[in-house]
Amino acid sequence: MKKAFLTLFFLLIPLQLVFAVEDEYHFNTEAARQQFEGLTTELRCLVCQNQNLAESNAALAVDLRTQIYQKVLSGQSSPEIVDYLVKRYGDFILYRPPFKLQTLGLWLGPFVCLIFGLFYLIFYIKNQRRR
Amino acid sequence: MKIRFLLPLIFFILIGLLLWRGLSLHPNEIPSPLIGKASPTFSLPTLLGTKATITEKDLKGHVTLLNVWATWCYACALEHEYLMELASHKDFKLFGFNYKDDNIAARHWLKEHGNPYEIIAVDVTGTTAIDWGVYGTPETFLIDKNSIIRYKQIGPITQEVWEKTLRPLVEKLENEA
Repeated sequence: MKKAFLTLFFLLIPLQLVFAVEDEYHFNTEAARQQFEGLTTELRCLVCQNQNLAESNAALAVDLRTQIYQKVLSGQSSPEIVDYLVKRYGDFILYRPPFKLQTLGLWLGPFVCLIFGLFYLIFYIKNQRRR
Repeated sequence: MKIRFLLPLIFFILIGLLLWRGLSLHPNEIPSPLIGKASPTFSLPTLLGTKATITEKDLKGHVTLLNVWATWCYACALEHEYLMELASHKDFKLFGFNYKDDNIAARHWLKEHGNPYEIIAVDVTGTTAIDWGVYGTPETFLIDKNSIIRYKQIGPITQEVWEKTLRPLVEKLENEA
């Protein structure tokens, strides 16, 4: 029984952390809350680059969250808010980089490797059969 | 069939090149999309002096180095000494941008260490800094006579940075119309 409680406690820790961040921001509609959540998880914190804006506690991340919060409240669309930030911080702020010449390798690289792999596999199997 | 034995070597060289390239990358230095664009519009109070506010109009007509700093920023203190040396330079104007700082602490700091800046904008909330794409201090923007941002130095200005990068650029911009 004690063990079960302990397990439950540890299971709830991540939930508590999630709510701690959420509590700072209040939204009138569920849609606005989801928009805010979506944006802050898709945008990178520029100070600690492996965290998104929702997770990071860096001073800049807090400031950017506040900016996004105010923009969401004023009814701006997500592309508008993302555009606002990209204009200032560049594509780097996006966890999902846009598809353009510079990022061609990033987007197509895995598929090129896959095709090469498939060709090699076919070549290999055919060779084995011949033997 | 001989190529078969060379493949691991080729693979090794390619991986080696990739990793070697990675050594000279600086993922902390995020390229600014503001380079080549006009400075953002802003209006900020000043820290010292008789002029009460500073706007983007004050950047016109001269080459400007806009240095983002704060008293809580360790690297800014390291940079400060060299900025004092640069302050005597007549080719450009050195403006300060006090970022998310305490006014009293900032004034005190300048009194103690010296003030290299001609004028200092104060951004307590950091909202204007977002318009400039500031993400860490110290950062320095090089702005030409037509208030176009031409270069952004991320991290402290050292003698090496000045001699190798900033000075040639300042001299070039100085000769532009």
